[in-house]
Amino acid sequence: MSKVRVLVGTRKGAFILTADGARKRWKVSGPHFAGWEIYHVKGSPVDPNRIYASQTSGWFGQIIQRSDDGGKTWNTPGSNPEELKSVEGNPKGESNKFVYDGVPGTHQWYDGTQHPWEFKRVWHLEPSLHDPEHVYAGVEDAALFESRDGGESWKELSGLRKHDTGPKWQPGAGGMCLHTILLDPQERQRIFVAISAAGSLRTDDGGTTWKPINHGLHSQYIPDPNAEVGHCVHRVAMHASRPNTLFMQKHWDVMRSDDSGDSWREVSGNLPSDFGFPIDVHAHEPDTIYVVPIKSDSEHYPPSSRLRVYRSRAGGNEWEALTKGLPQRNCYVNVLRDAMSVDSLEPCGIYFGTTGGQVYASPDAGDNWKPIVRDLPAVLSVEVQTLP
Amino acid sequence: MIRVVLPPHLRTLARVDGDVELDVNATVTQRSILDELEARYPMLRGTMRDHVTQLRRPLVRFFVCGEDLSHESPDAPLPETIAKGSEPFVIIGAIAGG
Repeated sequence: MSKVRVLVGTRKGAFILTADGARKRWKVSGPHFAGWEIYHVKGSPVDPNRIYASQTSGWFGQIIQRSDDGGKTWNTPGSNPEELKSVEGNPKGESNKFVYDGVPGTHQWYDGTQHPWEFKRVWHLEPSLHDPEHVYAGVEDAALFESRDGGESWKELSGLRKHDTGPKWQPGAGGMCLHTILLDPQERQRIFVAISAAGSLRTDDGGTTWKPINHGLHSQYIPDPNAEVGHCVHRVAMHASRPNTLFMQKHWDVMRSDDSGDSWREVSGNLPSDFGFPIDVHAHEPDTIYVVPIKSDSEHYPPSSRLRVYRSRAGGNEWEALTKGLPQRNCYVNVLRDAMSVDSLEPCGIYFGTTGGQVYASPDAGDNWKPIVRDLPAVLSVEVQTLP
Repeated sequence: MIRVVLPPHLRTLARVDGDVELDVNATVTQRSILDELEARYPMLRGTMRDHVTQLRRPLVRFFVCGEDLSHESPDAPLPETIAKGSEPFVIIGAIAGG
């Protein structure tokens, strides 16, 4: 029988939740890396036992952790105890060395002045679709790095940060982070990224050159609402079978593109609020999408204090509230941008984590929900692995 | 034998219990202690000082005999009590909440 492994990053450690394909009885392990902020944990689609984790601290900086046994044991790549005993000398210990290529340059600061790029942390790790040793990292201040040796060393794909529009990018409330990396399963050289607050960009040559893809976004909170860059995109999602169609949760507005991001149209429709963070796509139905409306950019909790996931089976515009098993009063949690994921079982399972420490699961595409676990630290990220 | 006290987060990362004991085959300074510490425990590289600039991370501090030497030259010789191991070289995370 298939199994599901849910990888949860929180403010104070990582947790791994496992169940069989029925998804009723869950085992919770953790905290891994107790006390550290775990921004993201994600497994390789090629080798699900290979999992990468971003561990960070305002005091001690960035750490990359890697597991080769499905999360049972972890090591900082290139400096595990066995390698320490190597007769060839000490390992380099560079798995957390994220150095911008060349002169870092400047971006726009909150007050409109220019501010130097400074590495702070890894927000998102995206393992390659083809090679478990190859993984991308989206970082703050916004840039894209890649490792081709299993996380032992990192190199910036600097064409992104050096784009002509770079000096116009600016930090959102959470910092200037590159939080979304989508690898096109059909066009191997095509990658989509999203940055708060710059917008979305696309490369068609494996990361050498990039193009802003924000035409159609309208953001009233910036001086030119239709600007080429400067939009606070919170999340972008795609279905693997139809990578030219993208769904976006912007700061405000849920958007859709059917031409690989060249143009966007709003599909917020009847949502009670079109502000929110995550957006995801059903594993088997490319037009079924999920969002979690949040009241506003200053009130980061659900409208009417009711936690509702909204599902559209039409790729947007027409939305239905999914509430069974979710708190429908006095609920003031938030769901962050990387904290929703889906499994690929039948029926498709949907998962999300909250800032209140609950991880909710629906084994039936959102119709019914139950908490897997209720009292974790604030959840930063949720990823799901469907295992044979 | 030099004794180094790590903050709890870095002990966990380096997988050590209690103090770390090091031999430093050079003048005992902040830099030579950190060099040896990072050579023994490469996972600590970048957590106390920047990979490239080698400057101390802003929220990390170094104490010797109750004195904060964080702002002293990393190449200044440390007291004999540190070199002999009768007093530890103490690395702490600044008290800044959390």
